[in-house]
Amino acid sequence: MPPALPRAGGYHLQMTESRGTNLDPWYGSYAERAAGLAASEVRALFAVASRPEVVSLAGGMPYVSALPQELVRGALDRVVADHGPEALQYGSGQGLPQLREQILEVMALEGIRASVDDVVVTTGSQHALELVTKLFIDPGDVVLAESPTYVTALVVFRSFQADVQHVPTDDEGLNPEGLRQRIAELKAAGKRIKFLYTVPSFGNPSGVTLPWQRRVEILEICRAEGILVLEDNPYGLLWFDQPAPQAMRSVEEDGVVYLGTFSKTLAPGFRVGWALAPHAIREKLILENEAAILSPSSFAQYTISEYLAGADWRSQIDAFRGVYRERRDAMLEALDDYLPDLSWTEPNGGFYVWLTLPEHLDSKAMLPRAVKELVAYTPGTAFYVDGGGRSNIRLSFCYPTPEFIREGIRRLSVVINGELDLLGAFGQTKPLPIATSTEPVFVPPTSLA
Amino acid sequence: MGRSVALEVLVLAGGISHERDISLRSGRRVADGLLAHGVRVTLRDPDATLLGYIRDHRPDAIWPALHGASGEDGALRGLLDFLGAPYVGSRSEAARLAWDKPTAKTLAARAGLSTPTSITLPRDAFRELGAVGILEQISDEFAGPLVVKPAQGGSSQGVTIVEDRERLPRAMVDAYTYGDVALIEQRISGTEIAVSVLDAGDGPIALPAVEIEPNGGVYSYEARYTAGETRFTTPARLEPAVYDRALEAAVTAHTTLGLRHLSRVDFIVDAVGTPWFLEANVMPGLTETSVYPMALEAAGYDAGLAYLALAEAAAKG
Repeated sequence: MPPALPRAGGYHLQMTESRGTNLDPWYGSYAERAAGLAASEVRALFAVASRPEVVSLAGGMPYVSALPQELVRGALDRVVADHGPEALQYGSGQGLPQLREQILEVMALEGIRASVDDVVVTTGSQHALELVTKLFIDPGDVVLAESPTYVTALVVFRSFQADVQHVPTDDEGLNPEGLRQRIAELKAAGKRIKFLYTVPSFGNPSGVTLPWQRRVEILEICRAEGILVLEDNPYGLLWFDQPAPQAMRSVEEDGVVYLGTFSKTLAPGFRVGWALAPHAIREKLILENEAAILSPSSFAQYTISEYLAGADWRSQIDAFRGVYRERRDAMLEALDDYLPDLSWTEPNGGFYVWLTLPEHLDSKAMLPRAVKELVAYTPGTAFYVDGGGRSNIRLSFCYPTPEFIREGIRRLSVVINGELDLLGAFGQTKPLPIATSTEPVFVPPTSLA
Repeated sequence: MGRSVALEVLVLAGGISHERDISLRSGRRVADGLLAHGVRVTLRDPDATLLGYIRDHRPDAIWPALHGASGEDGALRGLLDFLGAPYVGSRSEAARLAWDKPTAKTLAARAGLSTPTSITLPRDAFRELGAVGILEQISDEFAGPLVVKPAQGGSSQGVTIVEDRERLPRAMVDAYTYGDVALIEQRISGTEIAVSVLDAGDGPIALPAVEIEPNGGVYSYEARYTAGETRFTTPARLEPAVYDRALEAAVTAHTTLGLRHLSRVDFIVDAVGTPWFLEANVMPGLTETSVYPMALEAAGYDAGLAYLALAEAAAKG
């Protein structure tokens, strides 16, 4: 028998002296940049996305099951047989030399010519994003970003207390004239602009691709204004109908830091990405990398290196293209069938469709209803720092099968129609004001990145 | 400790409710507490294989650390009754009554408890009777701030405090996003307290009342689940007579609703010392920032031991 619980004489216990706690003795000690890191009702709702009943159109997880396991196993076997001790040891803070050579081959597919010395291997390109931000941003410095932009880049920028300013975009991505105007406004206001962050090919979340002419024009603007370009290119090789224009880094060496990754073209579990940076920046990135992690994972780097050396990785990327093309098609067809009155982007690559909702619908407020209908999406608000995106949602087609995608869009149509019906019931009232409460930083679950 | 070593408990956590994330955390805490006392614990997310698993394995007790439907609305508990599987917490019928806030308020009021004036409105009422007329009527009937919440559910999800009537339509829509029925309640100002009730077989006792002071003034989802964002004071700083009244009210609510084993009853205590019943929780949160474990600790109970005592009470039937 366990010891008995103490028993109270009646319905209550003797009162004792009151003691207060906020459950966090370090509450007053956190750095200012940690402000806003709080539990999030929206983030919690995504917990249901992992249930099999739920069709998740929210996640950004690559469909790694399309990667033949024997290719990975072969690479792993060779790592253990040929490089065992080195693969288990610390490595260079800059990354494995032979892998950096191979990364040049990968980047050459998008027109980039570079020196192996200028590549720094990082723990996914997310880590490179953090290192570059850490290197350049003092509190209050401006980072220019597309509107909308990659949610977890926003988390990084905000954690370094950057002043993120969205730049207008249209169906072809960053609008050069809008960029000029925004820079002029910010400079007139005495702001210090450090870099422009962009995902120019099959953007996350928009799915939009910046045409070649605009790439050149934007590089010219930034060069003239003394603004560094941070080109994040996780999806460039995952085109469907025609390749994306060549990378911005292919025309401009000194003014661009380029971020690449194996997460989408191989597998994110390796956590291997890289930065390609001008010499002076690269030197500092290596020192930062060593300060943060000593060296990127030797084991993961050797494995990828062996994979690239031993497998027909170009054909494998083509196979991934086929998988994602089929899923993109399934999503666009389902949208045509179930939500014909709405508008959306039609990506030629990548993972995402950006859907625009009917007027007055609030994508974030609508999420609980979606959870009830067993479909998950990412509200557009996650991709803005200024409250924008309420009438948008990001739909991912990378992970669910075409059949699930279709069912997910069907359920989403039920959600949207239900919400429209509800708003219709309030149709005689004024337009519904948007909640203005301060919100915590939305740190997406990893699966949503 | 011999029997406790042999005890086999199935802890259920997760589910597909809006409160899945909280449930997973509650379940982990319950499982850890039981493991610390030698219990053989299996932690499962309820799914299509659950009932077959229970039929095959026949655990000594089931600990449903599930929040929201179907863990709290009585559905799962009804099925466990069909299976003859012993479980911790309230029976199906009582869970169904307490889960529905308007019903719980009605029953609490009949038992003599004070509960804020309210109106329950299904969303169809707005379609049928027109939003303008209804909202005008609400504004006429209620003075001062309102609280709009889904009639069912917890963790402050879908809850809005409406100070400015212009915000009422948005608040209504947000509540209906979680469920088809909304409760509009007069906001009582005063001290927010939660009284945990424990009954491991010897009758319900009220644990020390916990006073809740969110930094931002509203006990929102963020304030509930971010350590540091709310100050909890135990026992609540109330006049002794008022304090006793609140604890008595909690036990009254627990027994009136027919709740079993554990519950948490939420009140606002106003300036004259009246505890206003807000709701009773069939399966209170048991996370690291939840009130129930705090109350157990304040009463000098080891939380794991309390969870074990409840499992044993359930196993005894």
